[in-house]
Amino acid sequence: MKELAYIIFTSILVNNYVLTKFLGICPFLGVSKKLGQATGMGIAVTFVMLLANSATWPINNFILVPFELEYLQTIVFILVIAALVQLVEIILKKYIPALHASLGIYLPLITTNCAVLGVVKNNISDGYGFLESSASALGCGLGFLLAMVLFAGVRERIETSNPPKSFQGVPITLVSAAIVSLSFYGFAGVIDSLFA
Amino acid sequence: MLEAILSAVISVTAIGIICAVMLVVAAKFMSVPENEKVKKIRECLPGANCGACGYTGCDGYAKALGEEEGVKTNLCIPGGDKTSKDISDILGVEFEDTIEQVATVRCCGDCNATSKKAEYKGVQSCKAARMIFGGENLCTFGCLGYGDCAAVCPNDAICIENGIAHIDTRKCIGCGLCAKACPNSIIHMMPDVKRNVITCSNKEKGALAKQKCKNACIACRKCEKTCPSGAITVKDNLASIDYDKCTNCGACDDVCPVGCIREADHSGAFKN
Repeated sequence: MKELAYIIFTSILVNNYVLTKFLGICPFLGVSKKLGQATGMGIAVTFVMLLANSATWPINNFILVPFELEYLQTIVFILVIAALVQLVEIILKKYIPALHASLGIYLPLITTNCAVLGVVKNNISDGYGFLESSASALGCGLGFLLAMVLFAGVRERIETSNPPKSFQGVPITLVSAAIVSLSFYGFAGVIDSLFA
Repeated sequence: MLEAILSAVISVTAIGIICAVMLVVAAKFMSVPENEKVKKIRECLPGANCGACGYTGCDGYAKALGEEEGVKTNLCIPGGDKTSKDISDILGVEFEDTIEQVATVRCCGDCNATSKKAEYKGVQSCKAARMIFGGENLCTFGCLGYGDCAAVCPNDAICIENGIAHIDTRKCIGCGLCAKACPNSIIHMMPDVKRNVITCSNKEKGALAKQKCKNACIACRKCEKTCPSGAITVKDNLASIDYDKCTNCGACDDVCPVGCIREADHSGAFKN
C-alpha cells in the first residue's frame, strides 16, 4: 500500500509528465487558457491514461513478451490506444451524452497525446506489475491535471498583465511555463524524505 | 529469421483486426443518429456568425432550432425571409416573416453643420476620443467620426464621410454590431423600409443645441403638432418617432425648420 502511495505521489509531484518530463506540452499550452477547459482536459487525460494502461499492460505481458516482440511496443500501443479512445468515445456518446459533451473535442485529441504513450511505455520499462502501473498511470494523470489547473491560473494572470510587446502571446506563455516547471523541481527531495 | 518476421506480422495484424472488429461492432450497435435537421438548417443560414439572432453564431442557432422546441424561425436578420422560409420548410412549421432591419445613424452634424472645440490627437477610435471631454466636437451627443462602427461592420456597409458615419442600406445586413459598438449609441436599428428618421441625438435645450450644430433638433414641437397620426413625441428636448404609429406621410419632414427629420432611402444617403 505504501509502495502504491509512493508511486502515485512521485508521479504527481516529482516526475510530473508535463513539468519535468516535458511530455504532453501541446495540450498544456493549447488548452490551458480557461480553467474550465483545462480541468476537462486533465480529467479526460487521467481517464484515458488509466484505461490505456489497463489495456496495454496485458497486451505487453501476455502477447509481446512471450513472442519476444518487445520491439513492437510503440506501434502496438499507438494502435491500441487509438482504437480504445475511439471506442470510449462511441460508448460515452451513446450512454453518457452529458460527459461526452463536456469532454468534447479533448477525447479524440488525446489519441495522439505523447504523455499517454509515455506513461504506458515508462510503466513497462520500470518493470511495474499491473497494480503498480495502474497507480503510476493514475498519478501521472493527476499530475497532468494539477499542472493544467495551476498553469490555467497563471495564464489568467498573464491575460490581465501588460508584458513588453515582443513578449506578448506565446513567448510570455513559454517563459511562465518554464518558471512553473522550475518550481516543481523543489519537490524532488520532499517525497523521498516523506516515505523514507 | 522468417519465424520472427512472421510472428511479428501476425501478432500486429491480429491486434489490429481485433481492434477494428471491436470498433465496427461498437459503431454498429451504439451509433447515435446525427441530427439531420440541424445539418440542413445550418446550410440554410448565411454563415456570417454575426449573433443578431441572439445565439452564439449560425451553428448555435441551427442547434437550438433543431433540438429545442419553440425557437422562432425568423431570428436570422441577414438571411431575411428566404432563410426563414427554408428553415420553416425543414421544421414543418408555419413561415414567419422576418423583420429585416437596417442601421441608421441618428446624427447629421457633419463638418458643414458643426465645428470642433479642440483638436484630438490620441488613439484614433471613438471610444478613446469620447473619454476626453466627450470628444473633440462641440456636440457631445453626436457622431465622433472615428469609425468604431465601420471597424466592426462585417459587410463594409459603413463609411465615414465629412466627419460622420454613413450606412449603405443596400449593403447593411442588419446584424446590429455597429449599434453595439457606437459609444454614443446614436446608431439605431430600424425596419427596412423607406422611413422618416430623426437624424439628431442632442438632448440639450434648443438654443444651446442650435449654437453647437446647425442641424440639431431644437425641440420646437412643430413635428409633434403636425403629425396626423400622433406618432411623434418630443421628450428630453429631442423628437422621437413611434414607428408602430408612423404612416410615413412625410409631413414632419416638410415642417422641420432645421431639417433634422429626413427620409432615409435605400442608397444609404439621406435625401433632403
